[in-house]
Amino acid sequence: MSAPAPIASANPGMVTLTIEGRTVVVPPGTNLIEAAKTAGVLVPHYCYHPSLPVAGVCRMCLVEVEKFPKLTPACATSVGEGQVVHVHSDKAREARKGVLEFLLINHPLDCPICDQSGECELQDYTFAEGRKDSRYMEPKRFNPMEDFGGDVLYVPNRCILCTRCVRFMDVVAQDPVLNVSERGDRAFIGKFEGQDLTHAWAGNVVDLCPVGALLSKDFLNKARAWELDRAASICPGCSQGCNVMIETRDNVVVRIRPRPNASVNQHFACEVGRLNYRWMNRRDRLEYPHARSTQGLTPASWSEAITTAATAISSASRVTIVASPSLSNETLFLLSRIATHVKANAVMMVPTGTEAPLPGAKDLALRAERAANHTGAGLLGFTDVISPMAGLGANDLVIAVDAADAIASVPDGVRVIVIGTVLTEALAESAIVALPVCNFAEEDGTFTNLRGRVQRFLQAKAPPAQVRPSYRVASELARSIGAGSFPVLASEVFTALAATVPAFGGLSYRALGLQGGPAALLTEVTG
Amino acid sequence: MSLHAIAPHGHDAHQAHVPVFTGARRAELDELLTRYPAKMAALLPALWMLQEDRGWVSPEGMAEVAQVLELTPAYVKGVVSFYTMYHQHPVGKHYVQVCTTTPCNVCGAEDVVNAFLKETKCGELGVTSADGRFTVVEVECLGACGFATPVMINEALVECVSVDSVKDLVAGLD
Amino acid sequence: MGYPHPSHPGETPVISKYFGDAAARTLAGWQERGGYETLRQALATDPVEVQNVVKESGLRGRGGAGFPTGVKWSFMKPDGKTHYLCINADESEPGTFKDREIMRWTPHQLVEGTAIAAHAIFAETAYIYIRGEYTEPVNRVREAVREAYAAGILGANAMGSGKRVDVHVHKGAGAYICGEETALMNSLEGRRGNPRIKPPFPAVAGLFAQPTTINNVETVCAATHVLQHGAQWYKSLSSPTNPKSTGTKLFSVCGNVARPGNYEVGMGFSMKEFLWDLCGGPPAGRSFKAIIPGGSSVPILLPEEAEAAVMDYEGIQAAGSLLGSGGVICFDDTQCMVRQIARLCRFYAHESCAQCTQCREGTAWTVKILERIRDGEGTMKDLDTLLEIADNMTGKTICVLSDSCATPVVSGLKKFRHEFEAKIQKNRSSVMIPSFSTAAA
Repeated sequence: MSAPAPIASANPGMVTLTIEGRTVVVPPGTNLIEAAKTAGVLVPHYCYHPSLPVAGVCRMCLVEVEKFPKLTPACATSVGEGQVVHVHSDKAREARKGVLEFLLINHPLDCPICDQSGECELQDYTFAEGRKDSRYMEPKRFNPMEDFGGDVLYVPNRCILCTRCVRFMDVVAQDPVLNVSERGDRAFIGKFEGQDLTHAWAGNVVDLCPVGALLSKDFLNKARAWELDRAASICPGCSQGCNVMIETRDNVVVRIRPRPNASVNQHFACEVGRLNYRWMNRRDRLEYPHARSTQGLTPASWSEAITTAATAISSASRVTIVASPSLSNETLFLLSRIATHVKANAVMMVPTGTEAPLPGAKDLALRAERAANHTGAGLLGFTDVISPMAGLGANDLVIAVDAADAIASVPDGVRVIVIGTVLTEALAESAIVALPVCNFAEEDGTFTNLRGRVQRFLQAKAPPAQVRPSYRVASELARSIGAGSFPVLASEVFTALAATVPAFGGLSYRALGLQGGPAALLTEVTG
Repeated sequence: MSLHAIAPHGHDAHQAHVPVFTGARRAELDELLTRYPAKMAALLPALWMLQEDRGWVSPEGMAEVAQVLELTPAYVKGVVSFYTMYHQHPVGKHYVQVCTTTPCNVCGAEDVVNAFLKETKCGELGVTSADGRFTVVEVECLGACGFATPVMINEALVECVSVDSVKDLVAGLD
Repeated sequence: MGYPHPSHPGETPVISKYFGDAAARTLAGWQERGGYETLRQALATDPVEVQNVVKESGLRGRGGAGFPTGVKWSFMKPDGKTHYLCINADESEPGTFKDREIMRWTPHQLVEGTAIAAHAIFAETAYIYIRGEYTEPVNRVREAVREAYAAGILGANAMGSGKRVDVHVHKGAGAYICGEETALMNSLEGRRGNPRIKPPFPAVAGLFAQPTTINNVETVCAATHVLQHGAQWYKSLSSPTNPKSTGTKLFSVCGNVARPGNYEVGMGFSMKEFLWDLCGGPPAGRSFKAIIPGGSSVPILLPEEAEAAVMDYEGIQAAGSLLGSGGVICFDDTQCMVRQIARLCRFYAHESCAQCTQCREGTAWTVKILERIRDGEGTMKDLDTLLEIADNMTGKTICVLSDSCATPVVSGLKKFRHEFEAKIQKNRSSVMIPSFSTAAA
């Protein structure tokens, strides 16, 4: 196969080569795996990972480069001008078949009970290119499972020694608690007795593992990969805004994993982001609208409840909106319209925790601000307070939006319109109306992260009963008090927001895509 | 510090770790560090010192080496386990390594191994004799192939050991 | 002199001249024999000039790869960077024990050669990496280095030249693969002895990521003699018919042979003469069955193939094998080749660093099959499998350990297939095959 002669001058400073018959133009220094990706060609590999230093040990990515004497590892070979690369030539395929056979001789055939099954690269490539039979007649190597601490379980029998986990802990987490121990076929991933995978980002080794050797204890035996529904989302755990995938099975969130975004979290997510999802599955929800009657707080229709709330707002002498800084830009925007209309005080309380950086990744940390949209809320006029109920009394009406955590008790005489996912005792006593809304996993929206990046999250599961998205409830409430007419779809609300608030100017769901974008916001935030 | 604690071989696994890198040893290590542009390069020498002083490379010893060289214990353990000469477990007072790689094997090295197992009463490779005096192992190529069968007893290499000479050799060890 | 046997008249003792001469071990003894004069001259010579003389001599690396030493040195330019010299004294190739004798008998020869090589590559620091099992050589070289420092031969002002030459002895800890140059550098840096991916080559980024040259013990010792006597003299020591292999070479001879030991002969020496006259042939009453001419990693030769060869890089290659490290392993007619090839592969399986899949898994699998055949439980299909595994292990990994394990399998099956087949056939009836009939009975 000969390639068309590349026109070097057409792409100054770039390298032009041919991969599987396709012309590829990439910057110098790009390795062959990444170059092939740009042509839509996957070079099978195990040890290579774009966020880790190259190891070149699995030898799966051997490709044939014309004029090279031997097959070359695509991960460790930089592109060269005019190179002609064959990924699927007989020679390369035979080499991969050999590697797959070697990897499988000691690998247990326990796919039916392995969590990785269905998303296992060893399974996939063996299915695609491996031998149909095994020539290995000897006993398989056996090593016992080991609890690596944190959320990680090690199954050495399945390990292919790709060392991604070791390199991650060494170079990215910069907490080298994993090693390759022993050598030859006796080698395994080891650690030092008493020093566990307790680093705040250690859970990434589970995702990095291309096979079922490192498993999440949290996800262990919970679901098969093919049973899961997935939604692109943003981690609500802190203001970093890591891109994640929310995975559900039968409308229950069972796993959260990072979704690559080079500008935010590379390929990573911290333990808080991964494991703090059980609240999304809470069963003790506020499921129906409620309004206060002679019998106390009793179920009401949505229209009754909205009308009750609107009447209360319109007749109140002073209104305070207490909103969660983890609500979407859309909901907060609509609430800010209500605030403007009735001259309400719009406040929020930001929960905090310990900052936990991932040292090997640029500007990536579990942030001290444990709120997903503090920046967005600030841009939309919400101010930080320590104690949202301080100074409020008999003349006050509070609209508490997803603020159950922020409001431990309500001062006497204060009336509350509760918009939330749950109804706490403290709020129930003072509530005149309670409007059930979706939690974060049940609705669409956007967050603005601490660097001013606006990123979309998608609905991952269905809400229960009569629960409605928070932006829709806010929209109806705003309309009911005469604050204006607003759309009821998240994308349309965002368009309205972009048209109204200069910081969001020019943005749209289409423009944001699933990787988000900073737009004009950056200057607003930094300036 | 008791004499037993610094005996190079026949060390008790359960004894508390006494730091190695103090006083003269620390000075020796510090001198060593001047030879390399990176602290980590002193890892193999430091492990040798540990083994010379304590008879084996214990987990506590690895932790100490890690600390003095600003490494993690897990890293040190990964390195230790790569090299066959570091004892990750206590061994007999006389650590007998018999080369059985091909050049020696063709000269009858396996018979020499068996003779050692018998004479030292170890019975089995890698097992320390009941009296704690001997551990016999097969070793891959000692680099003395022309002197088959070479046997290393602790630090000393004995050339041209034959089945017949094993008995006297073992008898000569205290 | 000579060790363990007196030098044979057929030998050309240059490097091995003082083997067995205990008096040559000390600094005083070495200087009495003319030692360190070549270093003094070299330090006064421009490094590029030193490189050129060695280039002219045709000296090639004695560790196994045979790369021209002067050319290797010429990769090192005065670029202002810190350069390092590593001396590979990890001598770990089974069948090879020449560097051991150089270090045991003439440690100052190594120190002198090291200092010259360091100067030649614009390095101020050299590390001599000696395998951990070499306790006596380590002590001898350490003592020589100590003496050389005390005498001002090494240090900030080496032999009053105004140049700094530091030489440090670094002791390995038991790993064959550390004889591979990039693995050696990793080991020296305090890492697992894993070979590195090339590029970058050591001359660009080697030890501590600096430009580095790595030379075998014998190579730098030979270079000293080249500088002392001149390139033409060096070339005159070897057969004039082959200008590609020059000077003398130390061969280690072991296994089933009457007089095992080290022999230094001019390149191009007849292997037949070597095996029979110098080494005395096979032990009394036996005959040779196989010869591995260059350390355990090179293809096995039949005695007639070996005897027809001349002992230089090209000559042994023409015979179907490689000169390698010069370790000649002899097998006599009492040896079972299946058993010995299995044992050799076990060595490689033991020494695999565990990085590359083919090597980690392939070496161990090969051993399991070979030992099964050895123990009478093999099948004819196993032989095909062995060859296919060997093919999958060849030319696909970071270093050549995997290839080295495949080599005896391939050459062994080529030349001694009948022995494998006999093992399989002989024990055929004893192979247990579970079947319904036995279960029913």
